[in-house]
Amino acid sequence: MPKVPKPEELMKIDYRPPAKSWMDSKPEFRPGNFCNAANPKWLDVIDYPYPREWSVTDDDWKLPDNWKDIVLEGMRDRLDRFRSFRLFLDICVRCGACSDKCHFFIGTGDPKNMPVLRAELLRSVYRKYNTIPGRFLGRLAGARELTEEVLKEWFYYLYQCTECRRCSLYCPFGIDMAELTILGRELLSSVGINTEWSLASVASCYEKGNHIGAPPHAYYDMIDFFCDECEEVTGIRPNPSFNRKGAEILFIAPSGDYFADPGTYTFMGYLLLFEYLGLDYTISGYAAEGGNFGYFISHEMGKRLNYKMYAEAKRLGVKWLLGGECGHMWRVLNQYMDTWNGPPDFLEEPVSPITGTRFENAKSTKMVHVCEFTADLIRHGKLNLDKSRNDHIVLTFHDSCNPARAMGLLEEPRYIIRNVCDCFYEMPENTIKEKTFCCGSGSSLNPDEYLETRLRGGLPRANAVRYVHEKHGVNHVGCICAIDRAVFPALFEYWVPDVDVTGIHELVGNALVFPEEKKRKTDLRGRPFKGVTPEELEQEEE
Amino acid sequence: MSFNLAFYVPLCAVIVLVLIPLAGITMGLEALFGIIIPYMALLAFVIGVVYRIVLWARTPVPYRVPTTAGQQKTLAWIKSDNLENPHNMWGVVGRMAMEVLLFRSLFRNLRSELREAPGTPEGGRLVYWSSKWLWLGAIAFHYLLLTILLRHLRFFTEPVPYFVKLIDSLDGFFQLYVPAVYISGIALLAALMYLLARRVLDPKVRYISLASDYFPLFLILAIGITGVLARYFFRIDITAVKELTMGLVTLHPTIPEGVGSIFYLHLFLVSALLAYFPFSKLMHMAGVFFSVTRNMANNNRVVRHINPWEYPVKVFSYMEQEDMFRAEMKKAGIPLEKDTEE
Repeated sequence: MPKVPKPEELMKIDYRPPAKSWMDSKPEFRPGNFCNAANPKWLDVIDYPYPREWSVTDDDWKLPDNWKDIVLEGMRDRLDRFRSFRLFLDICVRCGACSDKCHFFIGTGDPKNMPVLRAELLRSVYRKYNTIPGRFLGRLAGARELTEEVLKEWFYYLYQCTECRRCSLYCPFGIDMAELTILGRELLSSVGINTEWSLASVASCYEKGNHIGAPPHAYYDMIDFFCDECEEVTGIRPNPSFNRKGAEILFIAPSGDYFADPGTYTFMGYLLLFEYLGLDYTISGYAAEGGNFGYFISHEMGKRLNYKMYAEAKRLGVKWLLGGECGHMWRVLNQYMDTWNGPPDFLEEPVSPITGTRFENAKSTKMVHVCEFTADLIRHGKLNLDKSRNDHIVLTFHDSCNPARAMGLLEEPRYIIRNVCDCFYEMPENTIKEKTFCCGSGSSLNPDEYLETRLRGGLPRANAVRYVHEKHGVNHVGCICAIDRAVFPALFEYWVPDVDVTGIHELVGNALVFPEEKKRKTDLRGRPFKGVTPEELEQEEE
Repeated sequence: MSFNLAFYVPLCAVIVLVLIPLAGITMGLEALFGIIIPYMALLAFVIGVVYRIVLWARTPVPYRVPTTAGQQKTLAWIKSDNLENPHNMWGVVGRMAMEVLLFRSLFRNLRSELREAPGTPEGGRLVYWSSKWLWLGAIAFHYLLLTILLRHLRFFTEPVPYFVKLIDSLDGFFQLYVPAVYISGIALLAALMYLLARRVLDPKVRYISLASDYFPLFLILAIGITGVLARYFFRIDITAVKELTMGLVTLHPTIPEGVGSIFYLHLFLVSALLAYFPFSKLMHMAGVFFSVTRNMANNNRVVRHINPWEYPVKVFSYMEQEDMFRAEMKKAGIPLEKDTEE
C-alpha cells in the first residue's frame, strides 16, 4: 500500500488553476491516485470483453486495435438510448455553480475534479464526433480528438467520482455527473478498462453471492457467530432462518454488514430487532448481497446482479422484501430495480405484520427500507427502548449520498435516533441532508492502494465531523450505508481520531429491552454502558 | 482551451459581425440586411430549435432518476416535501416552475473555502457560506432580457397590445432624458458586464470557459449597445423602423427611407444570435424542461417506470449456485432444492 502523506501536507490544497489549458494537461499516475487494473480472471467470470494483464502505470494499456471505433460507436449508441446523456452533454453553460461542490475538487484542488470540467472531458469528444461546430471548428468549439491520452484521462477522473450527485443538486439544469460517470465507465469497460476492486467484487457477487466471495454456508456460519455474540451480550439468542421457503419476509443486507466491524454490529442489531418482534423472515445465501457492485461498472451489470433479489423472493415464496442500511444499494432499489427486473407481481404489497401499516410507498417494488420499518414500529410504540444504554455515545448523523439525493430518506433514521439516543448533534447545515458530503470512497473506490485519494475526497465530510467533535464532544458518526461503515474508520482515524462509526440498527440493538434478557452491562461491542463500573463488569465475567 | 483563444477569437468574431452590415449598407444592400438575412435567420432558428428539441424528445428515458432535495413520501406521519422531492405530477410542476421561473437550484449555491485553523493538527478547516451573486446576476439577466423582448413587440404588432404598452410605460417610468430611459436596457448591460467580469476574473470559471461561453456574451452585449445607441444617441426614426418590421411580420417586406445604419446593425446582430442559437449552449432554454433529474416524480417504488429498450441479460441462477456448493450447503443444514443423495 502506498505511503500516505501527513494530514498537514494533504491539507495544503492549491485551488488556483494552472496556466496551461485543461485540454493540454494530462494526469500523472502515481501510487495513491489510481485504482489497480482488473485481473483478467474476473472478466472471464462475467463475460466482460478484452480480459488481459495490464497495468495503469504502463504506457501501453494493450487496448484492442479498434478501441477508438468501439468507444465512439458506444458513445453514439448511448446518445440514442439515454436522454440524460445527450442532454447533459448539450446544455451545460459552464456557470461554475457545481465547481466547488465536489468533495474530490475540495480535497484535491485539481480543476478537472470540478464536475463541469470532468464532464467536459467527455463533452469535448462528443463535440468532435457528434456536433457540427465541433467537427468543423475543433478546439475553438471545445472539441478534441479521442486519443489514448484522453482515454487515460477519462479513466483517471471517472474513477475520481463517487456518483454521489451533489453536483446535480446545485446545477441549474440538474446535470448529473453520476449519470455521465456511469456511462463513461461503461465506455471504458467496453475496451477492457476496469479496476481490480470493482471487478473482483462484481464477479464474487455474481458467482458466490456477495462482494467478499463468501459462499452460502460461510454466510450461514457468520450469522451463527453473530447469534452467539448477541446471546453473550443480551442473553437472548436470535433464531434466524436461512433459505427458508414460505417465510413472510426476505431480508437482504449489504455484505458489508456481515464481514467486517463495525458493520457486523449493525447486523446484530437487525437480528435482535427481528427476534424481539418474532418476525417471520428468512435470509438468503443466493440474494446475499444488498449492495449492487455491478451498478458501479454498468447499467447492465447492475441489472444482472439485482436480478437475484426478485428471483429469490419468488423461489422462496415470500410476500415482500426488507432491505438493510446501505446507500447505493437503495439508489438501485429505489430507482432501477422495478424497471430492470420487475414487475414483482408474485409478491404482495408490504404490510408490517406488527403494526399493520401498509407501506404504500413501496406498493410496486414491494421492498421496504429497514429504517422505514423500524420508524413505524417505534411510532406505534411496539419497541421497549432504553435510551440510556446509548449514553456513552455522543452521536452525529451522516446522510449517505444516495438515500439523501436519490430517495429522500432523511427523517426516518433521525426519528429512530431520537428514540434510541439522547446525545445527538447535527453537523453544520450545509453538510447534511440533501447537501451531505460523500465518504469519498463510494462507487467502488474502496481499494487500499487508493487510500490517499480517498482521504482527500473524504476531507469535507471528516472536517464537518471534526466540527461537532470539538463543539459537542461527538464520538460516533451514525450512518445508513455499508460503504460508510467500511471506509469511515480509516478516514476518521486520519482526520478526526477518537470518532467511531455506527449503524443505526446497532443503536437500536443497544437500546432494545427484551422481557427475559439478562442484566445487560455492555453494548453490542462489549463496551460498558455509562455508569457501569469496572468491578461490575468483572463480576459478570466471573 | 487557452484564455486567449476562448476570449479574443469570439471578440474578434463579434467585431467582424459589426463591420459586415456597416460595410453592406454603404454598398446599398439594405434589402439583404433588412429582409433576406432576418428571414433566413428566423428560419434557421425555428428549424434548428425544433430539430434539437425533437432529437431530445425522441431519445428514450430509460430510468427515472430524479435528484431528490427533500424528504420522500413514506409513512403518513412523516412530512414529505412535494416541491423538493415530488411524489406526484403537481409536485413536479411546482418543482419545474421553481426551477424555470426562480432558478431554485442556483439559489441553493454555496461557496466553499479552506481557511487556516492554527489550533488544529492539519492547520485548516473548510467553511461553506451561502453565495447568491451568481443567482442574482443570472435571474436579473434573464428577466431583463424577457422584458426587453416583450417591449419589442410594439414593433411587431398593430395595434400594440395593452400589456406591451404597460411594460413600456413601467420600464420607461423614469423620465430622466428624452426619449424616456428604459431601466431594463441599462440594467441588462450591467448584468451582462457582471456575468462577463465573473467569467474573466474568477480563476475557476475563467479556466473552464470556452469560446462558446464568451461569444454569446459579446454578441448580446453588442445587441444591447447598438439598441441603446439607436434609441438615445442616433434617435432613429421609429416610424420608419416600424414600417420595416411590420413589413416583415405581414410578409410584405419593405425598405423605408431613413432607417439608418445603426438599425441595420442591430437587426443583423439579432439575426446572428437567432441563427447561432440552435448550435449553442443557449439551447439550455429548452433543455431545462427535459432534465430527467428534475422533471420526474420520485415515485419509483409506487409506479413502475418502463424502459422501452430494456433487454434480457445473462444471469447466474439459484440452481447454478446450489450446484456449485451443494455438499457444503447440505453439511451446514441449509435447505436444498435438489438433494442428490435422496
